[in-house]
Amino acid sequence: MKQKKTLLTVIAILVLFLGVFWADQTLDSYKMRILNLCAIYVVLGLSMNLINGFTGLFSLGHAGFMAVGAYTTAILTMPDVVKGQNFFMVPMMKPLDTMHVPFFLALLIGGIFAGVVGYLIGAPALRLRGDYLAIATLGFAEIIRVVFTNLQSITNGALGLKGIPESSNIWWTFGVAMVTVLFIGSLINSSYGRAFKAIREDEIAAESMGISLFKHKVLAFTIGAFFAGVGGGLLGSLMGTIDPLMFRFFLTFNILLIIILGGMGSITGTIISAFIITIGTEALRFLDESMTIGNLVIPGISGLRMVVFSALLMIVVLFFNRGIMGTNEFTWDRLFAKFGKKPLVKGGNKQ
Amino acid sequence: MMDISTFFQHLTNGISLGSLYALVAIGYTMVYGTLRLINFAHGDVFMMTTYFAFYGVATFMLPWYVSFILAIILTAALGMLLEIGAYRPLRDAPKISIMISAIGASFLLENLAVVLFGGRPKAFPTVNLLMDSIQLGSVSIQKLTFVIPVVTILFLVGLLYLINHTKTGMAMRAVAKDYETAGIMGVNVNKTISQTFAIGSMLAAVGGIMWGLKFPQIAPLMGVMPGLKAFIAAVIGGIGNIKGAVIGGFILGIGEIMIVAFLPSLSGYRDAFAFIFLIVILLFKPTGITGEKIAEKV
Repeated sequence: MKQKKTLLTVIAILVLFLGVFWADQTLDSYKMRILNLCAIYVVLGLSMNLINGFTGLFSLGHAGFMAVGAYTTAILTMPDVVKGQNFFMVPMMKPLDTMHVPFFLALLIGGIFAGVVGYLIGAPALRLRGDYLAIATLGFAEIIRVVFTNLQSITNGALGLKGIPESSNIWWTFGVAMVTVLFIGSLINSSYGRAFKAIREDEIAAESMGISLFKHKVLAFTIGAFFAGVGGGLLGSLMGTIDPLMFRFFLTFNILLIIILGGMGSITGTIISAFIITIGTEALRFLDESMTIGNLVIPGISGLRMVVFSALLMIVVLFFNRGIMGTNEFTWDRLFAKFGKKPLVKGGNKQ
Repeated sequence: MMDISTFFQHLTNGISLGSLYALVAIGYTMVYGTLRLINFAHGDVFMMTTYFAFYGVATFMLPWYVSFILAIILTAALGMLLEIGAYRPLRDAPKISIMISAIGASFLLENLAVVLFGGRPKAFPTVNLLMDSIQLGSVSIQKLTFVIPVVTILFLVGLLYLINHTKTGMAMRAVAKDYETAGIMGVNVNKTISQTFAIGSMLAAVGGIMWGLKFPQIAPLMGVMPGLKAFIAAVIGGIGNIKGAVIGGFILGIGEIMIVAFLPSLSGYRDAFAFIFLIVILLFKPTGITGEKIAEKV
């Protein structure tokens, strides 16, 4: 049985690779961009779900970590000439203007920086609970944004960075997404993961069972921040341009929507809903544009798409509290249970 | 160094900004006191008021005072609607769900405003009566700068009377203490919570109108920053405590203006000050300057 499942997993991964290969060969750049975004949102959604869904810390600071990752990656990969063009107001700080590392290393360093920032924020802020934590992390994210707006010689301030090398392609995004899924998946199923879930269910009970609240909360927060930074770096190199306004609370809201819809505390739920939300965002673009039905021209209302999304979030929270998957996971066992209900006497397997 | 008249000018500006924060902060603190919920949409309720007032004057050609009163009433209704639609169904749900619902409601209002009113900023109607300046020695100060704190204090006195000396206020205090027990004792909990939202939204509406007069440019996202800062003011003052919210509002308003006035090189960081202040307060005195320690119940 175990071998069979491993085989199925390997087959699934192969199918995914073939799918990516096929997409890389056949789809146009617009569709590729959407697929890339889907994968990036999987990374971002999972990193937020680790903090909010699995450990039960209501953190709203994700945009800040993403900004750290995106700026680090961008600064470390941009060629000198482009840096010179960008920093025409104030020249760039000395060692940074000629610094380069390969894309992978830049992503990693971006993630590590975000993780360090996450640790520095988490260590004091995680003493707070519930809504106080939410507002404090929101505040930290806002502070990061304001600082980035003002560090003219490092981040180019409000002008943002343009011409970031578009190094991330579908192999990078899906590869990183897969690594994230595997890493967070095994983390959740380890003793750390069980401690995270225990903290989510009841802090006091968890503490009295000997789980160090502080250590585990900071750990979840730091790992979440790391992956948020990596996701931010990918996003920056996909977009090609970043500026501080991109990293407003609205970005955190988007990721929150993904984890709510997918189910707080479900990895597969997050993956599914990252795809649904990202593709949905594009598919609903027609709402913002004018439509022609026969002779009738309905003028587009810009912003209607966002109304639909906010309403969707409200509906999910009000009526489908558990999202698509709740805290369940899509596993081979569940799939067998659903489709292969052979009675035990005929050689079926016990669950 | 700054001379005394410039200092005085900054101080009056700080006081009037602080009064606006205070008015909005009262709404946060009242809702938090009753439902233990950060009403993220409060800043957007504040934004909606300015549009109600704008359309009253610009489209329906109402005199400003009629339009302003109508806007206040509409905002109170909006606040009640918000509670019934977004918070009441989740009253016994986990706290995190209610908060997400609040964030959702906030984004819904912002995006609805973009769709209904357009994303481009509009000019808030001016009231000539309040716009002229008065000469005080060498300083000239707009009348509005004095009107704002006076109006705030009037509403505050009215609110404190309502809370402490009327039956409705007693019901509100009872619901804030423990709404289940209050319900058992015969308080109509739903009605009282609705009233709390209505009053909080009315005060935000008064703040919104005066904000519009002071900074006459209104846009769908204008409520976000004042909303967050007013919330910070409420936390500084000790959330759940009305007088604390007012004190917090003044501290934040005056502090913000003064820091920018004395250290102009840091003016780019203006919006960060409030958050840094919030985090410092949360870490060292989480219940705010007036709050007492709350024992944790297991």
